[in-house]
This record gives sequence, C-alpha cells and structure tokens, in this order.
Amino acid sequence: MTENKLMQVSASPHGRSSASTSRIMGDVVIALLPAAIFGVVYFGFHAFLVLLASCVSALLAEYAFERGMKKKLTLSDGSALVTGLLLGLNMPPEIPLWIPILGSFFAIIVVKQLYGGLGQNFMNPALAARCFLLISFAGQMNSFSVDGVATATPLALIREGERVDLLKLFLGTCGGVIGETSALALLLGAAYLLFRGVISPRIPLSYICSFLLFEMLFAGRGADWQYLLGQLLGGGLMLGAWFMATDYVTSPITKNGQMLYGILLGILTGIFRIFGSSPEGVSYAIIIGNLLVPFIERITMPAAFGTGRRQYVKKASKG
Amino acid sequence: MGACRERLYNGVVKENPTFVLMLGMCPTLAVTSSAFNGFGMGMTTMVVLALSNLVISAVRGIIPDRVRIPAFIVIVASLVTIVQLLLQAYIPVLNDLLGIYIPLIVVNCIILGRAEAYASKNPPLPSMFDGVGMGLGFTLGLTLIGMFRELLGSGGIFGLQIIPERFHISIFVMAPGAFFVLAGLTAMLNRLKNRSNGGAGSGGQGTVCGHCGGCGNLLCSVSREEPDHLSGASDAGKGGSV
Repeated sequence: MTENKLMQVSASPHGRSSASTSRIMGDVVIALLPAAIFGVVYFGFHAFLVLLASCVSALLAEYAFERGMKKKLTLSDGSALVTGLLLGLNMPPEIPLWIPILGSFFAIIVVKQLYGGLGQNFMNPALAARCFLLISFAGQMNSFSVDGVATATPLALIREGERVDLLKLFLGTCGGVIGETSALALLLGAAYLLFRGVISPRIPLSYICSFLLFEMLFAGRGADWQYLLGQLLGGGLMLGAWFMATDYVTSPITKNGQMLYGILLGILTGIFRIFGSSPEGVSYAIIIGNLLVPFIERITMPAAFGTGRRQYVKKASKG
Repeated sequence: MGACRERLYNGVVKENPTFVLMLGMCPTLAVTSSAFNGFGMGMTTMVVLALSNLVISAVRGIIPDRVRIPAFIVIVASLVTIVQLLLQAYIPVLNDLLGIYIPLIVVNCIILGRAEAYASKNPPLPSMFDGVGMGLGFTLGLTLIGMFRELLGSGGIFGLQIIPERFHISIFVMAPGAFFVLAGLTAMLNRLKNRSNGGAGSGGQGTVCGHCGGCGNLLCSVSREEPDHLSGASDAGKGGSV
C-alpha cells in the first residue's frame, strides 16, 4: 500500500539569510557603542546630552515626516537611530544642543526622506548634515575643548609642524569630535562589524591604503611614519572609513566598484587634507564619493554569465 | 481690458516664471541672498520686460521672421542699457548690489521667451500687460526666496534684524541655500495648487505590496497520486486497490 504523498514545490528563493535591516542597524549601533562610551567618559556629560539630542531628534524627525506624509512608519528598522548616532559622534563635545537637533532634522527630512527614505538617499545623511552644519556654523563646529579648555585637534597640530603623541591618538585622549578621537574604540567596533559580516574590509582598507600612499607621495614628508600615523589616527579617518564609507545605500554594490570607491575616497581625503584650507577632509571626501557611486557602479558592473565580454550597462544602475 | 487683467493673473499665478515656468534661474539663484536684492532685481526685470514686450509687439509687423531673434536681442539690450544707466544715476545702491546681473538681464530667458511666445503675436497693450504680469510674478518669486534666505541665513527681513547672530544658518545666504529655498517653496506651492485642484496628484500612492508569503501555498500545493491510481476511477479518495 502506498500513501498519498503531499509534495510541495515553492518558488525561489529557497535559502534565506537571517540578515534584515533592523539586525544590521542594530549591529552598527553596537559597533558604535565603544566609541560613544569612550567619548562620553572622556568629554563629560555634555557629550552624552549631544548624542542623546541627535538620536532622539533623528527618530522624532523620521516619525513626524512619515506620519505627516502618511507613509509607513520605519522607526523600528533602526536606520534613523544610526543616522542620529553617527551625527552625534561627529559633533564637537561642547556644541550647543540645538545644533545637533537641527542637523538631525536636516539629515532625516532633507537628505533621506525627501529622496524617498531609506535606500533612496544618494548621500550619507549624517555626513551631509555634518557638512551642512560645518558650512553654517563654522565657528561653533570648529571649537574643540577638553574639560573646558580649548584645544587644537591633532590634525591641526600636525599641520603646524608639531609632533603629537601617537599613543594618545590611538587611545583617544586628544581633542576632536565626540566619536573620532579613539582609534582603539573604533577599531573594536569595526572588528565586531567584520566578525558579524555586516561590512567587508574592501572599502575601508582600500581607502586607508590609498590615503597613506597619497600622503606619502604628495605631503612632502616622504615615508615619515610619525607623520603618516598621525594623519591616520588623528582625525575622522577611522570613523569615516569603517562606519561612514561602508554605508550600504551610498556605496557601490560591485566588488571592483568598492575598491575603486575606496581608492577615490583616499585620494580625495589626501587632496583636502594636504591642499585644502582645513586640516580635516574626510566628510567632504565621502559625500563627494557618494555622488560618484552610480558612475562607479556603471563602469564596474560585471557581465552576466554567458554574455561574453563585459558591456557597459545602458541604463543608469541603482544608486 | 479683460485680456489685460487675465495677462496679469497669468503672469503672477498661473504661469509664474519662477515657480511654474522655472525660467530665469540664473538671477533667481544668484541675487536673492536678501529680500531687498530679490525685490530690486525683480522690479528692474519687470521694467525691461514690460517695455520690451511693448516695443517688440509694436514693431512685430516690420521684423522679418528669419532675423527676429537678433532683432529682439537688440531691442532688449538697448532697454537694459537705458535701465542700467538710470539705476547708476538714481539708485546707485541697487546698482552696486546687483552688479553684473543687470547687464545679464539681456539674456534672461523670461524676456526672450515672452517676446517669442506672446509679444511677437499679439497687439501692444496686452503684450505690455503680459510683461508687467510676468515681471510681477518674477518679483514676487525673487522677493519670497530672498525673504526666506535672509531670515534663515542672516536673521532679518528687508534688513531688519530679528534673530540673534548666534542662530544664523549661514548656508542659506550661500549658493546651496538658494537651491533649498527654491525647491522648498516650489514644492509648497505645488502642494497648494494640487489641493485646490481637488486633490489630484496629492497624497501618498499607497502602493502596498500584496502579501507575498502566501504564494507558495496558493500556487503549488498540488497533491500527486501514483500513476496507477489515476486509472482507478472515481473513488480516488480511498487510494485504489490492486
């Protein structure tokens, strides 16, 4: 006797990854925590208030816009929280609280939601907001202090030709924005992201290597390790390379494209730091890189299997 | 007189050159860093526009069709020169503020556009009112943009300070601010217009994707039987017998 077998055939995909937007964003938040905690401990309670203000206002902006436009609420995917946290980490520790709040609203509403929400924005919202604030409030955005004493950032000191203590830069006991000073904390977070498979090392490594090479060739200091490590650890490069440049939405999806993008960012950062008027250049480099992502994807799109030589994709690919 | 009033309404509201036709973007973005600059630029353009429409309409029968563009340019350039000399003589402040953008009125798309689209085909009086209407619409647009940029970027309206300097968002008096304000105002006006047109095109599309999870069960749950059972007739439920 045979039994009636009930066989089911379902449409693909059959294998599913457990990755979801909220899981990835949760991982990014966890990875940013060491830097955030270090920033709060080192810079004091006001830094905590700045982080809190930027996160809460980012969530509020997302909620208000989506309610107002009668769109689906996407607060639970955590992307607004990541934007707010990244923006807060990019603020000087003694900034008046209304500036990060304004920045969060700009990031969420103008840069992200007006272009269609998560996945549609062509620029990293947190960085675009940082540049918006940097242009608007140059004075307040460039006054750094530790324990109420105004200090210059390591990059500014290096530019003046002074020597900086590399161990201090690595640990983060120096001036700068809340989240960028401690390379150690940032690397811990980056290691967590790599371990969880959230980011690949392609963009950060090609970024950092090409930046170092560019500095070696054009800064006029040759292979002066003291200078190169100062440039590497002293500014926003670690935060930018590991956490900002690797943003899924605003970085290329092709592997070769990611390498190219990293190299481009390294060169741009080098140009801004060496020849620009400000000692820092990571934010501008990354948002200019973001703008070029559609072109990078277009020239690095691999051929589908069996179609022969690679052909340039006719239509603009997704940004 | 009805046609003239209609022209004014058309220029200010229906075909507003700044927010609807999107013409003359160069002065719109460049000189509107304050409300007064925007207003001055708008009024200057309006004078040129009204006079050029009047003159072009008056001589429209004489100008041969094939050389009409150069002829229009000559007329407009002469008028702009006159206006610039008058400004230099009587309102030197405005002349200094607007600078190169006064001679550039010659190549303003609105002026050539109205000459080509309206004045070269219609009698002088409505043409002049068309120019005045367009000019008023342009002035309104520029003044509005200038007001918002001045308020946000340097904390005042028409030079009157109302926001302390600490809170000035200075990006708004720079080039990016012009784009932000223009885009924001255009979006707001479109929204108002859509609403007054009975809500056509407004609101979310509500494109909710259907629940895709169910398709596996719907399409594919086909129970199969052994081939020899297929021959066994109607009482298939029991699974046949040998």
